[in-house]
Amino acid sequence: MESRLRVLLLSAVALALGGCSMWPFHKRPRAAEQPVEASVAEDGTTPAVVEPQVVRRKVKTPKIRNSNFELGPYVGTYSAEDFGVNPVVGARLTYHISEDFFTDALLGQTKTSLTSYERLSGGAQLLTDSQRKLTYYSIDFGYNLFPGEVFVGRRRAFNSALYVIGGVGSTHFAGDSHFTVTLGTGYRLVLNDWLAAHIDVRDHVFDTDLLGTNKTSHNLETALGVTVFF
Amino acid sequence: MHPVAKLASLFILATATGLAHSADNRRQYDRDAGRYVEVAVADPYLELRTGPGRGYPVFRVIPRGERIEILFRRTGWFKVRDEHDRAGWASEDSMRETLLASGAKLPVPDYAHRDFDAWPWEAGAESGNFGGGNVNSVYAAYAFNGNLGAELAASQTLGHSSNGALLMAGLTHSPWPAWRVAPFLQLGTGVVRISPKATIISPPNRTEQLAYYGAGAKWHVSRRFLLRADYRSYVIFTKSAQNEDRNEWKAGFAFFF
Repeated sequence: MESRLRVLLLSAVALALGGCSMWPFHKRPRAAEQPVEASVAEDGTTPAVVEPQVVRRKVKTPKIRNSNFELGPYVGTYSAEDFGVNPVVGARLTYHISEDFFTDALLGQTKTSLTSYERLSGGAQLLTDSQRKLTYYSIDFGYNLFPGEVFVGRRRAFNSALYVIGGVGSTHFAGDSHFTVTLGTGYRLVLNDWLAAHIDVRDHVFDTDLLGTNKTSHNLETALGVTVFF
Repeated sequence: MHPVAKLASLFILATATGLAHSADNRRQYDRDAGRYVEVAVADPYLELRTGPGRGYPVFRVIPRGERIEILFRRTGWFKVRDEHDRAGWASEDSMRETLLASGAKLPVPDYAHRDFDAWPWEAGAESGNFGGGNVNSVYAAYAFNGNLGAELAASQTLGHSSNGALLMAGLTHSPWPAWRVAPFLQLGTGVVRISPKATIISPPNRTEQLAYYGAGAKWHVSRRFLLRADYRSYVIFTKSAQNEDRNEWKAGFAFFF
Protein backbone atom coordinates (compact mmCIF):
# COMPACT_ATOMS: atom_id res chain seq x y z
CA MET A 1 0.00 0.00 0.00
CA GLU A 2 1.16 3.50 -0.79
CA SER A 3 2.69 4.86 2.39
CA ARG A 4 0.87 8.20 2.05
CA LEU A 5 -2.45 6.36 1.76
CA ARG A 6 -1.53 4.33 4.83
CA VAL A 7 -0.80 7.44 6.87
CA LEU A 8 -4.15 8.82 5.75
CA LEU A 9 -5.99 5.64 6.75
CA LEU A 10 -4.19 5.45 10.07
CA SER A 11 -5.09 9.01 10.95
CA ALA A 12 -8.69 8.35 9.88
CA VAL A 13 -8.88 5.36 12.22
CA ALA A 14 -7.22 7.35 15.02
CA LEU A 15 -9.73 10.13 14.59
CA ALA A 16 -12.64 7.72 14.49
CA LEU A 17 -11.41 6.01 17.66
CA GLY A 18 -10.90 9.21 19.56
CA GLY A 19 -13.95 11.03 18.25
CA CYS A 20 -16.52 8.29 18.54
CA SER A 21 -15.49 7.38 22.06
CA MET A 22 -16.68 10.79 23.16
CA TRP A 23 -20.04 10.12 21.57
CA PRO A 24 -22.55 9.70 24.37
CA PHE A 25 -23.90 6.31 23.22
CA HIS A 26 -23.20 4.66 26.54
CA LYS A 27 -24.72 7.31 28.73
CA ARG A 28 -27.84 5.91 30.30
CA PRO A 29 -29.74 7.98 32.81
CA ARG A 30 -29.49 6.33 36.18
CA ALA A 31 -32.16 6.48 38.80
CA ALA A 32 -29.73 7.75 41.39
CA GLU A 33 -28.55 10.59 39.19
CA GLN A 34 -31.97 12.04 38.49
CA PRO A 35 -32.63 15.18 40.48
CA VAL A 36 -35.09 14.81 43.31
CA GLU A 37 -37.36 17.77 43.62
CA ALA A 38 -38.23 18.86 47.10
CA SER A 39 -41.96 19.20 47.56
CA VAL A 40 -42.70 22.68 48.70
CA ALA A 41 -46.20 23.96 49.28
CA GLU A 42 -47.47 26.94 47.28
CA ASP A 43 -47.06 29.43 50.13
CA GLY A 44 -43.39 28.52 50.48
CA THR A 45 -43.69 26.59 53.75
CA THR A 46 -43.11 22.88 54.07
CA PRO A 47 -46.26 20.81 53.58
CA ALA A 48 -48.11 19.40 56.53
CA VAL A 49 -47.81 15.85 55.30
CA VAL A 50 -45.97 13.67 57.79
CA GLU A 51 -42.59 12.78 56.35
CA PRO A 52 -41.94 9.11 57.07
CA GLN A 53 -38.73 8.59 59.01
CA VAL A 54 -37.48 5.62 57.07
CA VAL A 55 -34.03 4.37 57.86
CA ARG A 56 -33.06 2.41 54.79
CA ARG A 57 -31.67 -0.96 55.69
CA LYS A 58 -28.34 -1.41 53.97
CA VAL A 59 -28.73 -4.57 51.92
CA LYS A 60 -25.38 -6.24 51.50
CA THR A 61 -25.06 -8.17 48.27
CA PRO A 62 -24.20 -11.67 49.42
CA LYS A 63 -20.97 -13.16 48.21
CA ILE A 64 -21.47 -16.60 46.75
CA ARG A 65 -18.32 -18.46 45.86
CA ASN A 66 -17.97 -19.32 42.19
CA SER A 67 -16.30 -22.58 41.29
CA ASN A 68 -15.96 -22.66 37.52
CA PHE A 69 -12.24 -23.35 37.14
CA GLU A 70 -10.28 -26.59 37.28
CA LEU A 71 -6.50 -26.74 37.59
CA GLY A 72 -4.28 -29.77 37.88
CA PRO A 73 -1.41 -31.91 36.67
CA TYR A 74 -1.47 -35.01 34.48
CA VAL A 75 0.94 -37.80 33.58
CA GLY A 76 0.80 -40.27 30.75
CA THR A 77 2.42 -41.38 27.53
CA TYR A 78 3.07 -39.37 24.38
CA SER A 79 3.67 -41.22 21.16
CA ALA A 80 5.77 -38.89 19.00
CA GLU A 81 5.55 -40.23 15.43
CA ASP A 82 8.91 -41.84 14.49
CA PHE A 83 10.38 -40.87 17.87
CA GLY A 84 8.94 -43.48 20.20
CA VAL A 85 6.44 -43.61 23.03
CA ASN A 86 7.59 -41.73 26.10
CA PRO A 87 6.31 -40.46 29.46
CA VAL A 88 4.67 -37.05 29.39
CA VAL A 89 3.83 -34.61 32.17
CA GLY A 90 1.57 -31.62 31.86
CA ALA A 91 -0.85 -29.22 33.45
CA ARG A 92 -4.39 -28.26 32.55
CA LEU A 93 -6.52 -25.20 33.30
CA THR A 94 -10.23 -25.47 32.53
CA TYR A 95 -13.00 -22.89 32.62
CA HIS A 96 -16.57 -24.17 32.62
CA ILE A 97 -18.75 -21.84 30.53
CA SER A 98 -22.03 -23.72 31.03
CA GLU A 99 -23.13 -27.19 32.00
CA ASP A 100 -22.39 -28.22 28.40
CA PHE A 101 -19.32 -26.29 27.27
CA PHE A 102 -15.87 -25.60 28.64
CA THR A 103 -12.52 -24.32 27.43
CA ASP A 104 -9.15 -25.54 28.54
CA ALA A 105 -5.48 -24.74 28.17
CA LEU A 106 -2.93 -27.56 28.18
CA LEU A 107 0.81 -27.40 28.63
CA GLY A 108 2.84 -30.60 28.35
CA GLN A 109 6.37 -31.85 27.95
CA THR A 110 7.98 -35.15 26.97
CA LYS A 111 11.42 -36.33 25.95
CA THR A 112 11.37 -38.30 22.71
CA SER A 113 13.61 -41.30 22.10
CA LEU A 114 15.57 -42.64 19.11
CA THR A 115 13.99 -43.37 15.73
CA SER A 116 14.29 -46.96 14.43
CA TYR A 117 16.87 -45.71 11.94
CA GLU A 118 19.07 -44.25 14.68
CA ARG A 119 18.74 -47.44 16.72
CA LEU A 120 19.69 -49.75 13.82
CA SER A 121 22.46 -47.65 12.34
CA GLY A 122 24.41 -47.67 15.56
CA GLY A 123 25.92 -44.23 15.93
CA ALA A 124 23.82 -41.92 13.74
CA GLN A 125 22.08 -39.12 15.67
CA LEU A 126 19.41 -37.02 13.99
CA LEU A 127 18.85 -34.68 16.90
CA THR A 128 20.85 -33.23 19.74
CA ASP A 129 19.82 -33.98 23.30
CA SER A 130 18.03 -30.66 23.77
CA GLN A 131 16.23 -31.02 20.42
CA ARG A 132 14.67 -34.29 21.63
CA LYS A 133 12.62 -32.43 24.18
CA LEU A 134 9.05 -31.89 22.94
CA THR A 135 6.88 -29.17 24.47
CA TYR A 136 3.33 -28.37 23.45
CA TYR A 137 0.56 -26.01 24.39
CA SER A 138 -3.02 -26.15 23.27
CA ILE A 139 -6.12 -24.03 23.81
CA ASP A 140 -9.25 -26.10 23.34
CA PHE A 141 -12.97 -26.01 23.34
CA GLY A 142 -14.79 -28.87 25.03
CA TYR A 143 -18.29 -30.31 25.07
CA ASN A 144 -19.69 -32.57 27.79
CA LEU A 145 -21.12 -35.19 25.48
CA PHE A 146 -22.50 -37.64 28.06
CA PRO A 147 -22.86 -36.18 31.54
CA GLY A 148 -24.01 -38.66 34.15
CA GLU A 149 -23.48 -40.39 37.44
CA VAL A 150 -21.51 -43.48 38.41
CA PHE A 151 -22.40 -45.59 41.40
CA VAL A 152 -19.79 -47.15 43.64
CA GLY A 153 -21.45 -49.66 45.93
CA ARG A 154 -24.85 -48.90 47.49
CA ARG A 155 -24.14 -45.61 49.17
CA ARG A 156 -21.86 -43.63 46.90
CA ALA A 157 -22.56 -41.80 43.64
CA PHE A 158 -20.23 -39.53 41.72
CA ASN A 159 -21.00 -37.13 38.92
CA SER A 160 -19.11 -37.77 35.72
CA ALA A 161 -18.93 -36.74 32.09
CA LEU A 162 -17.56 -38.11 28.88
CA TYR A 163 -16.35 -35.11 26.89
CA VAL A 164 -14.79 -34.27 23.55
CA ILE A 165 -12.28 -31.49 22.94
CA GLY A 166 -10.81 -29.75 19.90
CA GLY A 167 -8.34 -26.91 19.72
CA VAL A 168 -5.19 -25.37 18.35
CA GLY A 169 -1.75 -24.67 19.70
CA SER A 170 1.89 -25.20 19.00
CA THR A 171 4.40 -28.03 19.39
CA HIS A 172 8.05 -27.19 19.87
CA PHE A 173 10.21 -30.09 18.76
CA ALA A 174 13.62 -30.54 17.09
CA GLY A 175 14.40 -26.82 17.24
CA ASP A 176 11.23 -25.74 15.47
CA SER A 177 7.67 -24.78 16.42
CA HIS A 178 4.76 -26.33 14.54
CA PHE A 179 1.16 -25.17 14.41
CA THR A 180 -0.79 -28.02 16.02
CA VAL A 181 -4.40 -29.12 15.95
CA THR A 182 -5.46 -31.13 18.99
CA LEU A 183 -8.48 -33.44 19.05
CA GLY A 184 -9.40 -35.64 21.93
CA THR A 185 -11.83 -37.27 24.25
CA GLY A 186 -11.82 -37.66 28.00
CA TYR A 187 -13.68 -38.75 31.07
CA ARG A 188 -14.13 -36.61 34.17
CA LEU A 189 -15.05 -38.19 37.50
CA VAL A 190 -16.03 -35.53 40.04
CA LEU A 191 -14.97 -37.03 43.39
CA ASN A 192 -16.32 -34.26 45.64
CA ASP A 193 -17.06 -30.53 45.56
CA TRP A 194 -13.45 -29.64 44.76
CA LEU A 195 -11.66 -32.66 43.34
CA ALA A 196 -11.93 -34.48 39.99
CA ALA A 197 -10.04 -37.26 38.23
CA HIS A 198 -9.53 -37.36 34.47
CA ILE A 199 -8.59 -39.90 31.82
CA ASP A 200 -7.76 -38.35 28.44
CA VAL A 201 -6.78 -39.48 24.96
CA ARG A 202 -5.61 -36.74 22.59
CA ASP A 203 -4.23 -36.62 19.07
CA HIS A 204 -1.80 -33.79 18.34
CA VAL A 205 -1.60 -33.24 14.57
CA PHE A 206 1.13 -31.13 12.98
CA ASP A 207 3.12 -30.90 9.74
CA THR A 208 6.81 -31.66 9.85
CA ASP A 209 9.63 -32.02 7.32
CA LEU A 210 12.12 -33.32 9.85
CA LEU A 211 12.74 -36.61 8.01
CA GLY A 212 13.21 -35.07 4.54
CA THR A 213 9.68 -34.93 3.16
CA ASN A 214 6.80 -32.81 4.38
CA LYS A 215 4.20 -34.93 6.14
CA THR A 216 1.39 -34.66 8.63
CA SER A 217 2.27 -36.41 11.86
CA HIS A 218 -0.24 -37.80 14.36
CA ASN A 219 0.96 -37.91 17.93
CA LEU A 220 -1.27 -39.77 20.32
CA GLU A 221 -1.24 -38.98 24.00
CA THR A 222 -2.93 -40.78 26.86
CA ALA A 223 -3.03 -39.15 30.27
CA LEU A 224 -4.31 -39.57 33.80
CA GLY A 225 -4.85 -36.43 35.79
CA VAL A 226 -6.36 -34.85 38.86
CA THR A 227 -7.83 -31.36 39.02
CA VAL A 228 -8.94 -29.07 41.79
CA PHE A 229 -12.08 -26.98 41.27
CA PHE A 230 -11.89 -23.36 42.37
CA MET B 1 11.03 -29.03 70.69
CA HIS B 2 12.17 -32.63 70.33
CA PRO B 3 10.73 -34.19 67.15
CA VAL B 4 9.06 -36.98 69.14
CA ALA B 5 7.48 -34.47 71.52
CA LYS B 6 6.35 -32.45 68.53
CA LEU B 7 4.73 -35.50 66.96
CA ALA B 8 3.09 -36.46 70.25
CA SER B 9 1.62 -33.01 70.76
CA LEU B 10 0.37 -33.01 67.18
CA PHE B 11 -1.29 -36.38 67.79
CA ILE B 12 -2.94 -35.14 71.00
CA LEU B 13 -4.15 -32.02 69.22
CA ALA B 14 -5.59 -34.06 66.36
CA THR B 15 -7.37 -36.45 68.76
CA ALA B 16 -8.74 -33.56 70.79
CA THR B 17 -10.06 -31.85 67.65
CA GLY B 18 -11.61 -35.12 66.53
CA LEU B 19 -13.31 -35.59 69.91
CA ALA B 20 -14.55 -32.01 69.96
CA HIS B 21 -15.89 -32.54 66.46
CA SER B 22 -17.76 -35.72 67.30
CA ALA B 23 -19.11 -34.10 70.47
CA ASP B 24 -20.68 -31.36 68.38
CA ASN B 25 -23.75 -33.31 67.25
CA ARG B 26 -25.64 -30.35 65.84
CA ARG B 27 -26.71 -30.33 62.23
CA GLN B 28 -24.06 -29.36 59.67
CA TYR B 29 -26.58 -26.68 58.66
CA ASP B 30 -26.29 -25.03 62.10
CA ARG B 31 -22.57 -25.57 62.45
CA ASP B 32 -22.05 -23.63 59.22
CA ALA B 33 -24.45 -20.83 60.21
CA GLY B 34 -23.08 -17.49 59.09
CA ARG B 35 -20.57 -19.06 56.80
CA TYR B 36 -22.84 -19.25 53.77
CA VAL B 37 -25.55 -17.09 52.29
CA GLU B 38 -28.93 -18.29 53.54
CA VAL B 39 -32.15 -17.90 51.58
CA ALA B 40 -35.76 -19.01 52.01
CA VAL B 41 -37.79 -20.75 49.34
CA ALA B 42 -40.56 -18.42 48.12
CA ASP B 43 -41.89 -20.43 45.17
CA PRO B 44 -44.31 -23.28 46.02
CA TYR B 45 -41.28 -25.57 45.96
CA LEU B 46 -37.63 -25.75 44.93
CA GLU B 47 -36.18 -28.81 43.21
CA LEU B 48 -32.80 -30.27 44.12
CA ARG B 49 -30.97 -32.37 41.57
CA THR B 50 -28.10 -34.79 42.10
CA GLY B 51 -25.82 -32.92 39.68
CA PRO B 52 -25.28 -29.56 38.00
CA GLY B 53 -27.16 -30.32 34.79
CA ARG B 54 -30.68 -30.53 33.37
CA GLY B 55 -30.45 -34.33 32.98
CA TYR B 56 -29.70 -35.14 36.62
CA PRO B 57 -32.70 -36.51 38.54
CA VAL B 58 -34.62 -34.46 41.10
CA PHE B 59 -34.15 -36.23 44.44
CA ARG B 60 -35.68 -33.72 46.81
CA VAL B 61 -38.31 -31.00 46.72
CA ILE B 62 -37.97 -28.22 49.29
CA PRO B 63 -41.30 -26.66 50.27
CA ARG B 64 -42.00 -22.93 50.50
CA GLY B 65 -40.67 -21.25 53.61
CA GLU B 66 -37.82 -23.66 54.28
CA ARG B 67 -34.35 -22.21 54.38
CA ILE B 68 -31.29 -23.31 52.41
CA GLU B 69 -27.58 -22.50 52.60
CA ILE B 70 -25.82 -21.68 49.31
CA LEU B 71 -22.52 -23.57 49.35
CA PHE B 72 -21.14 -22.42 46.00
CA ARG B 73 -22.03 -21.90 42.39
CA ARG B 74 -20.87 -23.71 39.24
CA THR B 75 -21.96 -22.44 35.79
CA GLY B 76 -25.76 -21.98 35.96
CA TRP B 77 -26.21 -24.18 39.06
CA PHE B 78 -26.04 -23.59 42.80
CA LYS B 79 -24.96 -26.26 45.26
CA VAL B 80 -27.21 -25.80 48.29
CA ARG B 81 -27.87 -27.55 51.59
CA ASP B 82 -31.29 -27.79 53.21
CA GLU B 83 -32.18 -27.77 56.92
CA HIS B 84 -32.00 -31.58 56.98
CA ASP B 85 -28.37 -31.52 55.82
CA ARG B 86 -29.18 -32.80 52.35
CA ALA B 87 -27.09 -31.14 49.66
CA GLY B 88 -28.03 -30.90 46.00
CA TRP B 89 -28.06 -28.68 42.96
CA ALA B 90 -30.63 -25.99 42.20
CA SER B 91 -30.94 -24.14 38.90
CA GLU B 92 -30.18 -20.46 38.46
CA ASP B 93 -33.80 -19.71 37.50
CA SER B 94 -35.21 -21.34 40.62
CA MET B 95 -32.66 -19.56 42.86
CA ARG B 96 -33.69 -16.22 41.40
CA GLU B 97 -37.03 -16.68 43.18
CA THR B 98 -35.58 -17.26 46.66
CA LEU B 99 -35.54 -14.58 49.37
CA LEU B 100 -32.73 -13.25 51.53
CA ALA B 101 -33.22 -12.53 55.23
CA SER B 102 -33.89 -8.90 54.29
CA GLY B 103 -36.87 -10.00 52.21
CA ALA B 104 -35.18 -9.08 48.96
CA LYS B 105 -34.81 -11.57 46.13
CA LEU B 106 -31.42 -13.22 45.81
CA PRO B 107 -29.54 -11.14 43.24
CA VAL B 108 -28.45 -13.51 40.48
CA PRO B 109 -26.49 -11.80 37.70
CA ASP B 110 -28.21 -11.65 34.35
CA TYR B 111 -25.69 -11.91 31.55
CA ALA B 112 -28.11 -11.12 28.71
CA HIS B 113 -26.63 -7.62 28.38
CA ARG B 114 -23.07 -6.87 29.33
CA ASP B 115 -22.82 -4.11 31.90
CA PHE B 116 -19.43 -2.54 31.19
CA ASP B 117 -19.28 -0.98 34.67
CA ALA B 118 -19.74 -4.36 36.35
CA TRP B 119 -17.65 -6.43 33.96
CA PRO B 120 -14.97 -4.22 32.34
CA TRP B 121 -12.40 -7.01 31.85
CA GLU B 122 -12.18 -9.36 28.93
CA ALA B 123 -9.72 -12.15 28.06
CA GLY B 124 -9.61 -14.44 25.09
CA ALA B 125 -7.70 -16.56 22.60
CA GLU B 126 -7.74 -16.50 18.83
CA SER B 127 -6.15 -18.43 15.99
CA GLY B 128 -5.89 -17.80 12.26
CA ASN B 129 -3.71 -16.73 9.38
CA PHE B 130 -0.83 -14.26 9.54
CA GLY B 131 0.85 -13.41 6.22
CA GLY B 132 0.24 -16.91 4.86
CA GLY B 133 1.30 -18.75 8.02
CA ASN B 134 -0.57 -19.66 11.20
CA VAL B 135 -1.02 -17.48 14.23
CA ASN B 136 -2.12 -18.19 17.81
CA SER B 137 -2.95 -15.25 20.01
CA VAL B 138 -4.10 -14.44 23.54
CA TYR B 139 -5.30 -11.06 24.76
CA ALA B 140 -6.59 -9.21 27.79
CA ALA B 141 -8.66 -6.05 27.50
CA TYR B 142 -10.12 -3.41 29.76
CA ALA B 143 -13.18 -1.39 28.74
CA PHE B 144 -13.14 2.25 29.92
CA ASN B 145 -16.76 2.37 28.81
CA GLY B 146 -18.88 0.51 26.28
CA ASN B 147 -17.15 2.24 23.40
CA LEU B 148 -13.48 2.53 24.20
CA GLY B 149 -11.13 -0.16 25.47
CA ALA B 150 -7.42 -0.89 25.82
CA GLU B 151 -5.95 -4.22 24.87
CA LEU B 152 -2.74 -6.15 25.49
CA ALA B 153 -2.00 -9.11 23.22
CA ALA B 154 0.69 -11.73 22.68
CA SER B 155 0.84 -13.78 19.48
CA GLN B 156 2.92 -16.61 18.15
CA THR B 157 3.22 -16.84 14.36
CA LEU B 158 4.14 -20.17 12.77
CA GLY B 159 5.02 -19.69 9.10
CA HIS B 160 6.77 -21.64 6.38
CA SER B 161 9.88 -19.47 6.29
CA SER B 162 9.88 -17.93 9.76
CA ASN B 163 8.33 -18.04 13.21
CA GLY B 164 7.61 -14.96 15.25
CA ALA B 165 6.52 -13.67 18.61
CA LEU B 166 4.49 -10.47 18.84
CA LEU B 167 3.69 -8.31 21.85
CA MET B 168 1.17 -5.52 21.29
CA ALA B 169 -0.80 -2.80 23.00
CA GLY B 170 -3.71 -1.07 21.35
CA LEU B 171 -7.06 0.65 21.52
CA THR B 172 -10.38 -0.72 20.36
CA HIS B 173 -13.43 1.30 19.60
CA SER B 174 -16.88 -0.24 19.48
CA PRO B 175 -19.54 2.16 18.11
CA TRP B 176 -22.52 -0.10 19.01
CA PRO B 177 -21.54 -2.13 22.09
CA ALA B 178 -25.13 -3.15 22.87
CA TRP B 179 -25.58 -5.07 19.62
CA ARG B 180 -25.50 -8.85 19.94
CA VAL B 181 -22.85 -8.85 17.20
CA ALA B 182 -20.87 -5.68 17.93
CA PRO B 183 -18.34 -4.42 15.38
CA PHE B 184 -15.13 -2.70 16.49
CA LEU B 185 -12.13 -0.82 15.09
CA GLN B 186 -8.64 -1.26 16.44
CA LEU B 187 -5.33 0.55 16.34
CA GLY B 188 -2.10 -0.35 18.10
CA THR B 189 1.61 -0.80 18.21
CA GLY B 190 4.12 -3.36 19.45
CA VAL B 191 7.25 -5.35 18.82
CA VAL B 192 7.87 -8.54 16.85
CA ARG B 193 10.72 -11.01 17.16
CA ILE B 194 11.24 -12.88 13.90
CA SER B 195 13.12 -16.19 13.80
CA PRO B 196 13.87 -17.22 10.18
CA LYS B 197 13.64 -20.94 9.46
CA ALA B 198 16.16 -21.35 6.59
CA THR B 199 17.85 -24.72 6.97
CA ILE B 200 21.13 -24.09 5.10
CA ILE B 201 22.13 -20.52 5.99
CA SER B 202 20.17 -19.34 9.00
CA PRO B 203 19.86 -15.52 9.16
CA PRO B 204 19.94 -14.19 12.72
CA ASN B 205 16.77 -13.47 14.69
CA ARG B 206 15.65 -9.85 14.54
CA THR B 207 13.38 -7.67 16.64
CA GLU B 208 11.35 -4.93 14.93
CA GLN B 209 8.68 -2.42 15.84
CA LEU B 210 5.24 -2.68 14.31
CA ALA B 211 1.94 -0.89 14.12
CA TYR B 212 -1.47 -2.18 13.14
CA TYR B 213 -4.99 -1.12 12.38
CA GLY B 214 -7.97 -3.35 11.83
CA ALA B 215 -11.60 -4.17 12.35
CA GLY B 216 -13.59 -7.04 13.80
CA ALA B 217 -16.73 -8.13 15.54
CA LYS B 218 -17.67 -9.69 18.86
CA TRP B 219 -20.69 -11.93 19.26
CA HIS B 220 -22.11 -12.28 22.77
CA VAL B 221 -23.17 -15.94 22.59
CA SER B 222 -24.26 -16.68 26.14
CA ARG B 223 -23.43 -15.83 29.74
CA ARG B 224 -19.91 -14.32 29.90
CA PHE B 225 -18.91 -15.94 26.65
CA LEU B 226 -18.07 -14.14 23.39
CA LEU B 227 -16.95 -15.26 19.96
CA ARG B 228 -14.63 -12.82 18.23
CA ALA B 229 -13.16 -12.48 14.74
CA ASP B 230 -10.92 -9.74 13.43
CA TYR B 231 -8.77 -8.56 10.57
CA ARG B 232 -5.57 -6.59 11.06
CA SER B 233 -3.13 -4.91 8.72
CA TYR B 234 0.39 -4.74 10.14
CA VAL B 235 3.34 -2.56 9.15
CA ILE B 236 6.68 -3.87 10.38
CA PHE B 237 9.22 -1.04 10.56
CA THR B 238 12.40 -2.78 9.40
CA LYS B 239 15.94 -1.46 9.56
CA SER B 240 16.24 -1.89 5.78
CA ALA B 241 14.87 0.56 3.18
CA GLN B 242 11.52 -1.21 2.75
CA ASN B 243 8.93 -1.69 5.47
CA GLU B 244 7.08 -5.01 5.52
CA ASP B 245 3.31 -5.45 5.35
CA ARG B 246 1.38 -8.37 6.82
CA ASN B 247 -2.32 -9.14 6.81
CA GLU B 248 -3.91 -11.17 9.55
CA TRP B 249 -7.29 -12.92 9.91
CA LYS B 250 -8.17 -14.66 13.11
CA ALA B 251 -11.11 -15.92 15.12
CA GLY B 252 -11.55 -17.19 18.64
CA PHE B 253 -13.41 -16.87 21.89
CA ALA B 254 -13.33 -14.57 24.91
CA PHE B 255 -14.90 -14.02 28.33
CA PHE B 256 -15.82 -10.88 30.18
CA PHE B 257 -15.55 -10.59 33.94
